[in-house]
Order: sequence, then structure tokens, then C-alpha cells
Amino acid sequence: MTEKRVDSAPGDEIESEAPLRVFRYRGFTRANHWLTAGCMIVLLLSGAAFFHPSLFWLTGLFGGGQTTRWLHPLVGVLLFFSFMGLFLQMWRLNLPRREDVEWSLKIGDVLKGNEENLPELGKYNAGQKGVFWGMSGLIMVLIVSGVMIWEEYFPNLVSIPVRRAAVVVHALAALGSLFIFIAHVYAAIWTRGTISAMTRGTVTGGWAFRHHRKWFKELARRKRDEPSEGAAEANGAAVKPR
Amino acid sequence: MTTLAPEPLTAASNPPTQPLESNLLPTDVRRISATAHVPPPTRQLTEVAKLIDVSKCIGCKACQSACIQWNDTHPAVEENVGIYENPHDLTPDMFTLMRFAEWENPETNELEWLIRKDGCMHCEDPGCLKSCPAPGAIVQYTNGVVDFISDNCIGCGYCVKGCPFDVPRIHKTAHVSKKCTLCSDRIAVGQGPACAKACPTQCITFGPKEEMKALAAERVEDLKERGYDNAGLYDPQGVGGTHVMYVLHHADKPSIYSGLPDDPRISPLVEAWKGPAKKLGLMAAGAAFLGSALHGIFAKPNEVSEHEEEEAEELYEDIVHEAPEAAEASGEAAR
Ligand code: HEM
Ligand code: SF4
Ligand code: SF4
Ligand code: SF4
Repeated sequence: MTEKRVDSAPGDEIESEAPLRVFRYRGFTRANHWLTAGCMIVLLLSGAAFFHPSLFWLTGLFGGGQTTRWLHPLVGVLLFFSFMGLFLQMWRLNLPRREDVEWSLKIGDVLKGNEENLPELGKYNAGQKGVFWGMSGLIMVLIVSGVMIWEEYFPNLVSIPVRRAAVVVHALAALGSLFIFIAHVYAAIWTRGTISAMTRGTVTGGWAFRHHRKWFKELARRKRDEPSEGAAEANGAAVKPR
Repeated sequence: MTTLAPEPLTAASNPPTQPLESNLLPTDVRRISATAHVPPPTRQLTEVAKLIDVSKCIGCKACQSACIQWNDTHPAVEENVGIYENPHDLTPDMFTLMRFAEWENPETNELEWLIRKDGCMHCEDPGCLKSCPAPGAIVQYTNGVVDFISDNCIGCGYCVKGCPFDVPRIHKTAHVSKKCTLCSDRIAVGQGPACAKACPTQCITFGPKEEMKALAAERVEDLKERGYDNAGLYDPQGVGGTHVMYVLHHADKPSIYSGLPDDPRISPLVEAWKGPAKKLGLMAAGAAFLGSALHGIFAKPNEVSEHEEEEAEELYEDIVHEAPEAAEASGEAAR
């Protein structure tokens, strides 16, 4: 019987053996991710235009100040629902695990790339989990404070003093989300071989071995246990007479 | 050649008959929203003010009508809900509103009917202008008039949050912010505001701010003689003074006049939002951006080695070819 998933998500599997490639994200998840990323970039650029006069020219990217003002909150709502999709697919594997503590304590080795000193990890490391939960929290804050200051559709939802606080909170949360966004993109580029997980959906065996070995092992075991695949035949002992 | 219009000294004078050029020039602007470096104005206009003597107001709303007519706005006809206020609030089409309050004076036990003409106060330190993210959507002239330039306005409503007097209103279809202009287009041609011109009791007067203060002082003295010991001028210093001022019979309690703020100032939240912290945030964002870009270019990337690819294949082969009992065991161990 195929092993129950503990460290992997539905769809994750060993895709091919030579070369060894591991399937990490389904097409739906990838589309969902890129929609979220697109929204985020539009929001950061349009929000930056309102944030500081020296960046107001960014409104030109969206067809002027009026359209930017109109667009930003709408994309914000789209982002919220799009991120919700990611959240529902990913929250379980982002729950904290025992090995996250050790990984976090050895952050020096993480930054130096000495991964042989780090514990074996499931699909996500503590840094990725931090990005996930940080973004989840900040997007909640952004949608709530954003609706409060949405002049076009909710002009009198809350009192003016509350709106003043909301706009400050919104700007701070946006700044926080920018830092997380930068960290996220940076990590994806610095850790070579990661981007293909979100473009083609797969990573190399070496990548999975190096960064998420527990996840990789679980997928290998599932491959072995699959009844119809070549793995079962190759493993003669596993085929028992009924 | 036409000559520049004179600076208006009063709202009572009649307009001249010869054509005059606007006396409010682009170079007369001393503050511009979302603009750090405003070219210094070439001249200083006389600071003007509108004085509203609440004790003289009879609540006739001639000023409201004049305002609608001059500014060509079209306020909706609303329902009568049993009060005199009409419309029920300032709107994008109603820049000024007579507010009626019934107040029982605890000293005399008498009911006083307090009527206040609400609208933009033309603050010396305007919170609306400070909040506005759109360059040039709000300007302040050297005579003190704060004006919204709709062509540059994006309708975001930040000015609504910035104003300590709850004045700006965002137009539902034009998506621009609207408020009293102090009739800047009339002032520009030597005329006082339409409301002041229409007022039958001269409750509203207009002229140089110093003269208006002198006039107010006379009125306050008169009121005091008539028993209003707390009569005084409302020219709140928390916003640097205003270019629309009130004479109040109860200047010690402005809020009894339909919630006129006792001590208006730009909210500390707005100051924090638009203050030096913003620049700090901008710099932090820029540093994070640049820092990560530079680090990304120059730092050693975290790469998967050939050796690790081989190790991965070995591990994979081991697991796939494991005996079932051992497999069960390793499966358990991994959990
Ligand atoms: C990650 C997501 C988001 C980012 C990065 C972001 C960023 C920003 C920034 C930087 C500002 C300017 C604040 C200032 O002037 O100091 C802003 C304004 C604003 N945001 Fe967001 N925001 C996001 C999501 C949302 C959401 C979900 C909504 C709501 C529904 C929203 C609605 C608004 C509104 C209404 C404004 C005022 C300007 C306008 O009318 O467009 N934002 N945002
Ligand atoms: S009363 Fe409000 S709208 Fe008028 S100048 Fe002051 S801050 Fe601006
Ligand atoms: S609504 Fe217009 S005037 Fe008000 S803050 Fe926004 S851009 Fe400025
Ligand atoms: S000054 Fe002009 S715009 Fe302002 S309330 Fe009077 S009539 Fe209306």
C-alpha cells in the first residue's frame, strides 16, 4: 500500500528516474502562484506611488493617478482570494515541526550554504514557513485596513479617526510585505534550481536531496510502493504471491 | 493691455466693469501637495479671511444658495427629516452648510439656537494638503486660500483623513475631492466670496485677515457688553490659525456649535504617516532592494553539486530496492 503523505502534498511525486526529477507543484498551484505574484507586484508598484511623492510617477505605469487609485484596491481583493487559494493548498505543510527549531538555530550554516550540517527537512524549511505565515498575516491586515480606507466603495465604513489609523497600519503592513517579498524572491534566486519548481513544476533529485531530504525520501518510498509502476517489478521481493 | 485685478478688500463692493486679468498667479502658490520644493513665491499677497459672526446669523441660507449658484453645483433634493439642515451634511455639491444646534445654557436655563455655517476653514497648516499623495492636487496661495485642483486629484480620499474639520467630500461620479474654494475664482478678480456677498445680515464679512481680526475684536467687545462673557474669536492656533474665522458667543465651548472642534490640530496619526518615518520607510525599502540585488550578484550562490545529484540517485535506488520489512521500518522511522 502506498505510504500516507506526511511531508508532501497531493501531486508531489518522483517524475522521472534518469535524470532524476521530482514533481513539486501542479499546474493549478503554479498558475495560482503566478497570479498572486502578479497581483503583488502591481500592488507594490501602485501602492508605492501613493506612499511617497517621489514615486508618484509610477502611476504612469497604470494609466495615470485616477486609474491607479481605482485599480489598486481591486487588485488587492484579487490578491486576497488568490492568496487564499495558495493558503488552502499549503498551510498544512507549513505547520511548524521539530526540525524547524534546529534549522533556525543553525541559521549561520543556512546562510553559508553548509546544508550538510542542517537537519533533514520536509517540503518547507523554517524560512519558507516564515514567508508563508508572514505573508498570510500581513495580507489579512492589508485587506482589512485596505477596505477601511477604500474611498470609492466604502467611504463611510469606519469613522475618520479609525481611517487615519487604518492608513498607517496599511502602509506599515505594505512595507512589511515588501521586505518578505524581497526575501522570498531573493531566496528563490540564491538557492539555485528553485525557480523551475514554479515554472516547470519540477526540481532535480539533487535539489530535493540537498534542501528537502525528508520530502524526497517520502516521495521515493511512495514510488517504491506504487503497485503498477516499474519500481514494484524491479523490487522482486515486494511482489508476493496472492 | 488689461490690468491685474486689485486684491479684494471687502465682499460688499460691486464688480468693476472693465475686464481684468486674474490676480491669483501660479507664482502666488506657497504650498503644493506632494511637492517638496515649491519655487519661492515672487510676492506676498495680503492674507485674507472670511469672518463668520455666528451671533448675527439668522439661518436664512442665502449663503448656501449663493454658493450653489456661483459654483454651479447641483445638490440633490433630500427628505425632510425634521431638522433645518438641508442637505443633511456637506456633500461634493454643497460646499457650505448651515448647521443648527439647540443648546440649553446651564447658567441661564435658556434654550439657545446656535447656527453655524460649516465649510472649509482654509487652515494656515492644512491637513488635507499634508495628506494628499497627488502632486498639485491641493495648493495654498500666499493669501492663505487652500484650493483643490481637480485636474490633478485622483480621488483617493486621503484629504478626508487629513482634515481636522471633516470637510472634503469625494464626488461619486467625477472621483475628485470637493470643498469650499473661498471663491478663489472671485478673489482672483478682486471680488469677495459669493456667500459673503449674499449674506443679508453681514454675518459673513471678508477682507484682509488683520482687518477681520480687528472687526472681530469689536464684535466680541459688543457681545461681552451684552452679557456674553465668554464671547471670542475662533482662529484655532493648533492649525496655525485659519482663513475662515468665527465670532462665537461661547468661545470657551466651540463644540456646542454642532461639533466645531475645541482644539483642532492635524492628527498625530496623520503627522506620523506623513512625517519623517515615511522617508525612513522609503529608505529601508530602497536599501532592502539594493542590498539584496548586490548580494545576489556578488555572493556565492547556494548550488546543488554534481555529487549531490549522484547521492540523490543512490538514495533513491536504495529506497526503491529496499526489502519490504526494512521499508516498513524506514517508513516508520521517518515519521
Ligand atoms: C500586498 C498587498 C498590498 C500592498 C503591498 C499595498 C500597498 C499599499 C501602499 C504602499 C499604499 C499607500 C499607503 C500610503 O499612502 O502610505 C496603499 C494604499 C491603499 N491600499 Fe493597498 N496594498 C495592498 C493590498 C491592498 C488591499 C488588499 C486593499 C483592499 C481592498 C488595498 C487598498 C488600498 C487603498 C484603498 C489604498 C489608498 C489608495 C487608493 O485609494 O488606492 N490595498 N496600499
Ligand atoms: S478645513 Fe480641512 S479641507 Fe479646509 S484647509 Fe483645513 S484641512 Fe484643508
Ligand atoms: S482625493 Fe484628491 S485632493 Fe484629496 S488627497 Fe486624494 S488626490 Fe489629494
Ligand atoms: S466662499 Fe464661495 S465656495 Fe466657499 S462657502 Fe462661500 S460661496 Fe461657497
